[in-house]
Amino acid sequence: MAEELLKLQNIYKNFGNVKVLKDVNIKINKGEVVALIGDNGAGKSTLIKVITGVHSPNSGKVFFKEKEVQIKSVAQSRKMGIEAVYQERALCDQQELYRNIFAGREITNSFGFLDIKKQRKEAEKILRDYIGFTSKAITVDSQVMGLSGGEKQGVAFGRSLYFNSDLIVLDEPTMGLSIQETEKVLNFVKGLKNENKSAIFIDHNIIHVYGAADRFIILDRGEVVGEFNKEDISREELVQKMIQLHESGKIKVEE
Amino acid sequence: MNNLLNSYFVKTHKLEISITIIAVVLFLIYFLGAPHVFTRFPIYRAFMQSMPFFGIIAISATFVVTLGEIDLSFPSIVGITSLIFGIIMTSTDGNFFIAFILATSLGMFAGLINGLLVTKIGIPSIVATIGTLFFWRGLVNVISQGSGIAIVDVADGTWHHMIFVEKLFGKIPMQFIWFIVLTGLMQWVYRYHKFGNHIHFVGDNKASAQMMGINVDNVKIIAFVQLGFFSALAGIFTMYEMLYFWPTQGEGLMLTTLAAVFVGGTSVFGGKGTIFGTFIGVLIIGSLESGIVALGLSGFYVKFINGLMITVAVTVYALIQRRKN
Repeated sequence: MAEELLKLQNIYKNFGNVKVLKDVNIKINKGEVVALIGDNGAGKSTLIKVITGVHSPNSGKVFFKEKEVQIKSVAQSRKMGIEAVYQERALCDQQELYRNIFAGREITNSFGFLDIKKQRKEAEKILRDYIGFTSKAITVDSQVMGLSGGEKQGVAFGRSLYFNSDLIVLDEPTMGLSIQETEKVLNFVKGLKNENKSAIFIDHNIIHVYGAADRFIILDRGEVVGEFNKEDISREELVQKMIQLHESGKIKVEE
Repeated sequence: MNNLLNSYFVKTHKLEISITIIAVVLFLIYFLGAPHVFTRFPIYRAFMQSMPFFGIIAISATFVVTLGEIDLSFPSIVGITSLIFGIIMTSTDGNFFIAFILATSLGMFAGLINGLLVTKIGIPSIVATIGTLFFWRGLVNVISQGSGIAIVDVADGTWHHMIFVEKLFGKIPMQFIWFIVLTGLMQWVYRYHKFGNHIHFVGDNKASAQMMGINVDNVKIIAFVQLGFFSALAGIFTMYEMLYFWPTQGEGLMLTTLAAVFVGGTSVFGGKGTIFGTFIGVLIIGSLESGIVALGLSGFYVKFINGLMITVAVTVYALIQRRKN
């Protein structure tokens, strides 16, 4: 039996009158990559923002490493060992790279003043070792503004790896990337398993998802409507399920 | 020369360099146009005397503007806190500590209200602070019933009067020394403190800042609170200089203060700014009136040239910014 890392139980989330998540139950084991799939508005982004502490659920329980927790802020989820890479990259354009990497968890002295030297040194390390930037044009003092989509994604990944986490949440990490850049991202996700890290992975492209994930959870209008292990379903079948869902609003679960 | 222009320092400090050049050119014009005034000390003493009153607020307001927010209520916060300072000074026979603590606390409270209206209620800051601008000025009028308060008996000749506004070595007004010290301190906080760092991130992209674990609301609230504090402080400096409270105190500050911030190069879109630039902006805006009159132009030109300066400066910055993108 695999060891459980994260469990969500009966999660509900409303924005005003709109019920975005309805009774969601999911579980992620250690060393497992789980893909969340579903149409726009299915609640995927909201669900992962509940996990990363951006949103609080209206009701339901969250267990992390088999202990019940309440994730009230991003800072708290990071402290627990959850890192996020968002589709928006979560970087600020006009600020330097070294400031972006440590934003929200700056290296400071006890008066709250930044240790710029150390931040730059660590950022340098992340750029070279985790991301593999070799271009002279990009330094820790570069503004994010001048970076390509893939480079920005690289920074977001490097950051998530540097802060030794157990669970990495990836919200559409391949959106807007070139083919080579996408390949890099997928390899990165596969590489997480070797380090016994877990990941939740949202992507619209089922081909990407199928290659990288161990398990697929299908969300529709705020509910989990299907869950499949990779060994139980072929890529074609998965695509068929999604088309079926799209057309009829239901998934036929056989046997 | 080419090397110098391409150096890292120049690339990252374009705004600061532009504004410094503008200031140098301006003072050269003064110097050449009115040497009998600008080669003598009194004009500089007058500048050092008058600039800190709005300069302190401009430095502090740079934080709020970097957030992409604005505060229009500070002239009235100056008014209400000065009034309270005057009332307490006269009724306690010059108890500086109580008067100082209550006046600055009231300033921070007024800032807190602005911050809460903007973050928790969700009113755009330009609208919220127009409301509080009228509210605090209205309260000043109601409490003071339109009359002033003289603090000359309880403040003149005291040690606090000395450290706030008397002349160091008989020459340098103390408020200018304070202004320099505060500017240095705020520059340090702005660039090298966690709070200053968060100000930049929230002003740059609120949603990203939140996803990076920055408490956006708290950062905004603290920014408004510190502006409330420094507005009160500027009011207290003015009280010591004039030894008198008058009910319209602070009213003329709004445009000069904000002009100094924008001429200084802080982006109205948020995310980028410079305390040094604001400092130079204060020197420019604060010297225009005397400079123009000394040059022999009539006082009618003051607003005109003020407007010209602001428009030219913000146009130059917008162009620099656009070229970057």
